[in-house]
Amino acid sequence: MNPTENKSSCANEIDASLRVPLLALFGGAALWLVVGLVLGLIAGIKFHAPEFLSACPLLTYGRVAPAANDAILYGFCIPAALGVMLWIFARLSQMPLALPLVPVVAANLWHLGVLVGLGGILLGESTGHPWLEFPRAAAVLLFAAFMLIAVSAAATFGWRKERTLYPSHWFMFAALLWFPWIYSTANLFLNSNKVPRGVVQSIIGWWFANNLVFVWLALVGVGIAFYLLPKIAGRALANSGYAQFAFLTLILFGTWCGVPVGAPVPAWLPALSSAAAALTIVPLLAILIITIKTVCGACVSCKGGPFCFVKFGMMSFILSGILYISAACPQYSRVLEFTWFGVAQTQLQLLGFAAMILFGAIYELLPQVMGKPLPFPKFAKAHFFITMIGVLLFVVPLLIAGVEQGMKLHSGAAFADANAVALKFLRVSTTGQLLVLLGALLFAANLLVMAIQWKLGVIKCVIAYIKSPLEASETPATTEVKS
Amino acid sequence: MRTGICIFMAAFIALGASWCGFVLAPMLQLGGAKQTVILQSADNWPQQRTGEATLGLQVYRAYGCAACHTEQVRQTGAAFEVTLTSLGTQKAADFKDFIKSLMVVPDLATSSNSIVGSLDKWNGELPKTLYSGDDGDVASALADHLKPVGVKTETRIIATGPDIARGWGSRQSVAADYLYDAPVQLGSLRAGPDLANIGVRAPDANWQWQHLYAPKSTTPNSTMPSFKFLFEVRAVGAAPSPDALKLAGAFAPAAGFEVVPKPEAKELAAYLLSLKANVPLYEAPFTPVTLAK
Ligand code: HEC
Repeated sequence: MNPTENKSSCANEIDASLRVPLLALFGGAALWLVVGLVLGLIAGIKFHAPEFLSACPLLTYGRVAPAANDAILYGFCIPAALGVMLWIFARLSQMPLALPLVPVVAANLWHLGVLVGLGGILLGESTGHPWLEFPRAAAVLLFAAFMLIAVSAAATFGWRKERTLYPSHWFMFAALLWFPWIYSTANLFLNSNKVPRGVVQSIIGWWFANNLVFVWLALVGVGIAFYLLPKIAGRALANSGYAQFAFLTLILFGTWCGVPVGAPVPAWLPALSSAAAALTIVPLLAILIITIKTVCGACVSCKGGPFCFVKFGMMSFILSGILYISAACPQYSRVLEFTWFGVAQTQLQLLGFAAMILFGAIYELLPQVMGKPLPFPKFAKAHFFITMIGVLLFVVPLLIAGVEQGMKLHSGAAFADANAVALKFLRVSTTGQLLVLLGALLFAANLLVMAIQWKLGVIKCVIAYIKSPLEASETPATTEVKS
Repeated sequence: MRTGICIFMAAFIALGASWCGFVLAPMLQLGGAKQTVILQSADNWPQQRTGEATLGLQVYRAYGCAACHTEQVRQTGAAFEVTLTSLGTQKAADFKDFIKSLMVVPDLATSSNSIVGSLDKWNGELPKTLYSGDDGDVASALADHLKPVGVKTETRIIATGPDIARGWGSRQSVAADYLYDAPVQLGSLRAGPDLANIGVRAPDANWQWQHLYAPKSTTPNSTMPSFKFLFEVRAVGAAPSPDALKLAGAFAPAAGFEVVPKPEAKELAAYLLSLKANVPLYEAPFTPVTLAK
């Protein structure tokens, strides 16, 4: 692909139209990321000191742990991804964002929804379904906000001046359809007054969680990477023929994953899911080949820049996909189910893949959109290395813990033994969480300082504007002289 | 993939198909599920929970116990056991010979060595296990052949697997077990033991309260956080409350004080005690061990 974006006045216009919506989306997202990682750290510490904050019902493990996950996914990944998508849509369409006020309103609605949702979980109003914990009021806000942003993105897309479609388009366009569908289905069935009976709830829950955490994140993450990698590398996306194949197989097979192998449901459901998971190796390989061919040999020294973030993100994507597939394989599943392995895979998907690609994209686009460099460019570089090490320290020990714990449990050992094995590794992974949090603070610092600088700039402008007519009327003579 | 409509259609079809498969089809297949019959019994399964236990399920949800606990037992297979309980009018030696003669029957040929071998040193005491293995056909063939001879046998089905061996249940969990749960909280991580049968394992509400109040008081190395806020520490009134926890040592309240469960703790314990999936069903058969034997 590598669209021939002419760096004319049009580019400035595009950037200007995106400034406010993106700041609104990213600013809140950065805060939620920090909140989510802090909550995750609290949850992690509880395994070393079970009595840590245990007197406070708001911060009991069963509430902080899901709140942490939701803050990272709904608070950070989704709004950040929406912001990046708006930018890419506008760029590829070669026109300013359509209806630029709509995403600003939507961003605020979204962040309000996350606030209500997290508050709900901490107060005990969670629905009890993984990844769908947010209570009804929050769900309505999130859905409305997403639809508004989707309208703005679709309008930018529909009125595009540059008619060609690129692989990024397919992925991101599908993502716009995906979320409203799965989120409304899941909420209408599971978060309503009359829920379906028995395990149907769990089945719909798995369908939703898989389509959100695996498919949706893959669609936006890969879509963004397929835009950024060629753009930064200054060459076309390699093997774009594969890209179409990867896209179609990903949405075709990926959506059927998610039902765990031994689940107490009719046997055809897990069987279908395992088969689909095995087939999902096909799009993974295609995406791997495209990425490698695009990246290798590109003369880009990244040294902690956006390119590094996106490359690491794609590596994590492939790894997390392989872990996901292997956990769905009946032989391994018997050992790995119910262990930390699944947690590790999810965290790799969220932090190693989605968040990393989004960080990279934001570092790439923000200076362009704001028209000035990052306030602390060194922070951005440090952020990459700290987060990379942090994610690895977080995820790898958990993976090992999962395997060891699983083998113990599978061999019929007592629960306490299996738990003791896992605890050793949790010590290390908490260190990883701490590093990821540190990285996120650097990110938030860059973002918030930029936002504040911009706000100050706006205020200055406004003051200047208010003053100028006054000055004009006070000193009409000088003005006349000047003109 | 040249127009927006094409992408939209591709995504619509892909997601729509999985929606039909994983949302619509399960609704049609299971949405109208009703109680099933317990094997060898006229009773139905599952029973509706008591009001208190139903409230307790919401307490379990609100505090997110499912973040650490699963409520599903896995089973890897089943073992079958044919036990001789009475020889009737037969003599032990004759019975041995009869069994040997039976081994030519094709159904039993595959297991003949183990069956005959187990009788080698047998001198007639009862009960005597004749067959124990994972082949259900052999077990039922053996029982069928022995019936006409006038001896009495018992065939048992035993679920197997690590979860069962740990005592987390007597059979695997099946869809029917969750009919009255809303929300169904299967859980996906075992940072704590499986609770599908905690009502069988720890049927004492007082124990449950004490464990929730101070997990380390019942399980010294526990990594479960305490749920002290579900309890009230108050001065002992005119008479000590009958519900007061019997805590010892470091966990006991100051003298003159007692720890009593708040309604939430009572509901939660009632829910935990209602968790017992210990009846045989058609889709998950096993032979319950009755203590009277
Ligand atoms: C941080 C993880 C965690 C959370 C949250 C948690 N538990 Fe536990 N639970 C454990 C661990 C670890 C054990 C095993 C040690 C023990 O018995 O205390 C356990 C044991 C139990 C047992 C005893 C099981 C047995 O086989 O003896 C019960 C009952 C129980 N938990 C109920 C609950 C309830 C109810 C909640 C929610 C209010 C809850 N747990 C929340 C970790 C947790």
